[in-house]
Amino acid sequence: MTTEIILILIAVIVAPLLGGLISGIDRKLTAWFQSRQGPPITQGFFDVAKLFGKEKMAANPWIIFCAWVYLVAAALSVVLFFLQSDLLLIFFVQAIGAVFMVIGAMSVPSPYSQVGAQRELIQILTYEPLLILVFVSIYLATGSFQIDQIMQVEQPLLFKLPLMFIVLGYALTIKLRKSPFDFSTSHHGHQELVKGVLTEYSGPFLGLVEVAHWYETILVLGLCALFWSTNILAMIALLVVTYLAEIIIDNTMARMTWRWMLKYVWSVGLALSFVNLIWLYAKV
Amino acid sequence: MLKSFIKKSRVKSPWIMHFDCGSCNGCDIETLACLTPVYDIERFGIVNVGNPKHADILLVTGTVNHRNKKVLKNLYDQMPEPKAVIAIGACGTSGGVFREAYNVVGGVDKVIPVDVYVPGCPAKPEAIIDGVVLGLQKFAEKVEG
Ligand code: SF4
Repeated sequence: MTTEIILILIAVIVAPLLGGLISGIDRKLTAWFQSRQGPPITQGFFDVAKLFGKEKMAANPWIIFCAWVYLVAAALSVVLFFLQSDLLLIFFVQAIGAVFMVIGAMSVPSPYSQVGAQRELIQILTYEPLLILVFVSIYLATGSFQIDQIMQVEQPLLFKLPLMFIVLGYALTIKLRKSPFDFSTSHHGHQELVKGVLTEYSGPFLGLVEVAHWYETILVLGLCALFWSTNILAMIALLVVTYLAEIIIDNTMARMTWRWMLKYVWSVGLALSFVNLIWLYAKV
Repeated sequence: MLKSFIKKSRVKSPWIMHFDCGSCNGCDIETLACLTPVYDIERFGIVNVGNPKHADILLVTGTVNHRNKKVLKNLYDQMPEPKAVIAIGACGTSGGVFREAYNVVGGVDKVIPVDVYVPGCPAKPEAIIDGVVLGLQKFAEKVEG
């Protein structure tokens, strides 16, 4: 019981702090790639603190509600993950957050927000089936959706499901809204979209969304960590390499169209899953 | 403690929005030059945003005319408090060389309150960065006062 409470506290408090630091490192590295100096790695916290200190402006109450639901869903999915609960349950909880983000953006007539919401929907449509496939293949490889049982495998999942890890990588890039998949919003919002789904969120509500995004980063990295749960050092190395690859891809790719994303990610994702699952069965 | 952290963060993370009221493009180029690796204003946490609802500081270049003064006012009204306005270049300050033109209202301060004026034609990137820093002090005072 006490360990559970401690785990919940870690999930609620430490996860966003870690997520914020990761976002800071992300910006610093991006600046380094462009031979700039870049902001300090604690910049994310300054940004969010400033946003919380701003005037509360909202076009309608829905925006406020949706920002809160998004935050609670993201935090809850991380808590469930830390409690080593069911992967499918985590999947549905985070999907609720994602959908409420879209509802919030759709509740305002602003064209930027509307376009952003449509694109966010397409993104969700693209990565959710892949995420489900990843979870199902984890089930096929370990015989359980429960994280505590998945963690008990003797051999890292990565050896059994190497292609599924790439599929998870696609889902991760879309979920973190990184190039070439940053359709619904981008880090630098002075582009043609202004800020997509985030257009109507301002001040403290934008801060909530930002914190929720930190939670999601941790959740996604946690899912990656499942692929090498046998050795803590190897797990950390895997996460560092994965996130570095994410940043490099983000910096070297231009934004593509959603049609391309749908075609490419689905065809490659399905093909990879197919091959991997057949291989898994051939070996058994 | 939280209050003071928020107050400190304001100065550390100013997000600017850049609005061009019909400048000759000279000041715009200099403003955008601030974002390039040479001046790299992102190291101070400054981000160029395109959305008034996310912005803390409004940078205005060019002369205000009868056509765009409504847009300028509208953008200013959409920014949540606390906010600051910085008028860039001779045009933003007073209307510059275009001030006698028939459709020109004059400087930015004819339409919205301005906190900092950055002189120059065009204003140098260094001067713009100085202006932003001064603007931050102004709005820190505004919050306290
Ligand atoms: S101040 Fe000079 S450089 Fe700037 S917009 Fe006016 S004319 Fe152009």
